[in-house]
Amino acid sequence: MAPARKKPRLAVWKFSSCDGCQLSLLDCEDELLAVLGEVEIGYFLEATRARIAGPYDVSLVEGSVTTPEEVERIVHIRKQSRVLITIGACATAGGIQALRNFKDVTSFIHAVYAHPEYIETLSHASPIQDFVPVDFELRGCPISKEQLLELLNATLNGRKPNVPTYSQCIECKRQGTVCVMVSQGQPCLGPVTQAGCGNVCPSCERGCFGCFGPKETPNTASLSKQLAAHGMGKRQIKHFYRGFTANAEAFRRESEAHE
Amino acid sequence: MNKPKAPAKTRTLKVDALARVEGEGALYVRVKGGEIQDIKFRIFEPPRFFEAFLRGRMYSDVPDITARICGICPMAYIMGASQAMEDALGVTVTGPLRDLRRISYCGEWIESHVLHAAMLHAPDFLGLDDAIQIAAKNPALVEKALRLKKLGNSLLEVIGGRSIHPVNLKVGGFWGTPRKEKLRALIPELEWGIQASIELTQAFAGFDFPDFEYDYTCVSLRHPDEYAICEGRIVSNRGLDIPLTQFFDHFDEEHVRHSNALHGFAKEGPANYLVGPNARYNNNYSQLSALAKRTAKEAGLGKVCNNPYQSLLIRMIETLYACEEALRLVKAYEEPDASCVQVTAKKGVGYGCTEAPRGICFHHYRLDREGRVELARIVPPTAQNQKQIEEDLRHVVAHNLDMPDDKLTLRCEQTIRNYDPCISCATHFLKLTVERE
Ligand code: SF4
Ligand code: SF4
Ligand code: SF4
Repeated sequence: MAPARKKPRLAVWKFSSCDGCQLSLLDCEDELLAVLGEVEIGYFLEATRARIAGPYDVSLVEGSVTTPEEVERIVHIRKQSRVLITIGACATAGGIQALRNFKDVTSFIHAVYAHPEYIETLSHASPIQDFVPVDFELRGCPISKEQLLELLNATLNGRKPNVPTYSQCIECKRQGTVCVMVSQGQPCLGPVTQAGCGNVCPSCERGCFGCFGPKETPNTASLSKQLAAHGMGKRQIKHFYRGFTANAEAFRRESEAHE
Repeated sequence: MNKPKAPAKTRTLKVDALARVEGEGALYVRVKGGEIQDIKFRIFEPPRFFEAFLRGRMYSDVPDITARICGICPMAYIMGASQAMEDALGVTVTGPLRDLRRISYCGEWIESHVLHAAMLHAPDFLGLDDAIQIAAKNPALVEKALRLKKLGNSLLEVIGGRSIHPVNLKVGGFWGTPRKEKLRALIPELEWGIQASIELTQAFAGFDFPDFEYDYTCVSLRHPDEYAICEGRIVSNRGLDIPLTQFFDHFDEEHVRHSNALHGFAKEGPANYLVGPNARYNNNYSQLSALAKRTAKEAGLGKVCNNPYQSLLIRMIETLYACEEALRLVKAYEEPDASCVQVTAKKGVGYGCTEAPRGICFHHYRLDREGRVELARIVPPTAQNQKQIEEDLRHVVAHNLDMPDDKLTLRCEQTIRNYDPCISCATHFLKLTVERE
């Protein structure tokens, strides 16, 4: 009898995050049992108690690094993982908790906790790639489950995933979505934001707020001029870039230009 | 195992992670002469400082930002924050817009309840690691649960644009309202969902629920006309009945050394209280639908349920109710003229509270003249349940001291999963440490 093909071992890890990106995997209701049939789950706390020791063929990492303990943990996980993929804005850009990076975190600790001395935290919330090499970054807050399935499929079959790096605007054009900036004068980060969400916001008659982070070569300065022409003040523009991917280089720079 | 180096008669048991719970936690128990000396349930999810970095942001940014506190129940944050802002700015959302909010919240209840009950909690009662193992034995059951969960997500997608962190909701209502045909297309699936919820309740009713009851102080919302989901007054089974504005007169949070999650407490009577499915069911049973009541009875539930493990059944009853309620509202839905109420920024103070799947999620904000946040307080259900979780664990450990360590750990995990998966709003790890002297 031919030996059974060894299934690749998958691990899913959580750092500072809301669990929404891991949940995206459980939300693939139609495909979930098929996907789980193709892999051996080594570690996935949100789904199972079962745990198999590393090494792992594929590690999915959610969340940003915000504590000294998390710094140690990601280094350990990298050592045990053949392919390491970060999922979501937290893991790829620091996420919403990176709003602390623009302020003094001690003031935040004092604002929320009665006993700051019990709290251990880093001054910055940082993406995973600041600490270890990352093989692929999947954007979004949350990630798109279609993109996640494509990425898993590609990774397990040893091919390059088909994930676009162009802007939301291209997606609007492809889908025939009417531009909310042109037709309704709504502010939209779509021109500088990477496509992939499925054109979610413009299809809801809402401007994109950049949850997939900056596209390749974004011209943020030019967009800011347009936003100002739509009547947005400096602070509003600053906050517009300071959302779920505030710490991504292009967005951080542009927000700081509006300090 | 007795470690040879450990001091005489002290046994330390470590389980390094609590699975199928969202968030990270640890349980420490010290036992001496068969008595519990100390018990600490600890959450070490890193702090994320939402309340701090909201300061200075426009009121309109808050619902989307607070959504990221929890990916499993974002609606609780979107709607709680929106309603608090509406309170501060003096507007109310009524008619079809209110109905759309209730339908989408039903979507979140269905999605979250089925994930929790069928995928994360049920394996405990079957002695299995996860739903994948259930699927190996009973694929039809898991497929049914997945389809039902998907129905909840579909409601969120049709109304909110996507299921995790929906984008279409805002202060005052919606960016765009869904077309009637798109909602109506869900009618057959909602009808199926009612039947599926009943069948899943029946399947779970046969579980061996641990024999444990507690005289809970049940705190929930109550609404005069409907089973409270999105709004109401805060009530308890001990006679409390207050408007949202008085929340902090009766409840508060404290920072305890052993946890990153703040602990909610009641100011009068015992500090611990219960929020969530059992609290809602006990307080508002009479407002459930006839079908939900009948299904509950057939599943062996009375009008009051103080067995926390049976929260699994109540989640399914509420799923049934949510399917019926969403069906009713979807059938009645007419597209409104405007997708939202006009809101003007100004100074104000506002309160908002909704029934997240795991219990009341309380919001309070103060806005400056430009409508920017001066102060934010968010009291999520998990924080409010912390003391009660510790209390439940104390009883579970006290009654099962003769259980072998691995079984006791399982039982403790199962007890926490009565409440969770939801420690990310506060905060994945149960490190159970039992020191026996
Ligand atoms: S990227 Fe967004 S959805 Fe994903 S874990 Fe972070 S906050 Fe949650
Ligand atoms: S709506 Fe936004 S993303 Fe779409 S075309 Fe207009 S600017 Fe670009
Ligand atoms: S349109 Fe922009 S903000 Fe909206 S979901 Fe897509 S990437 Fe995120």
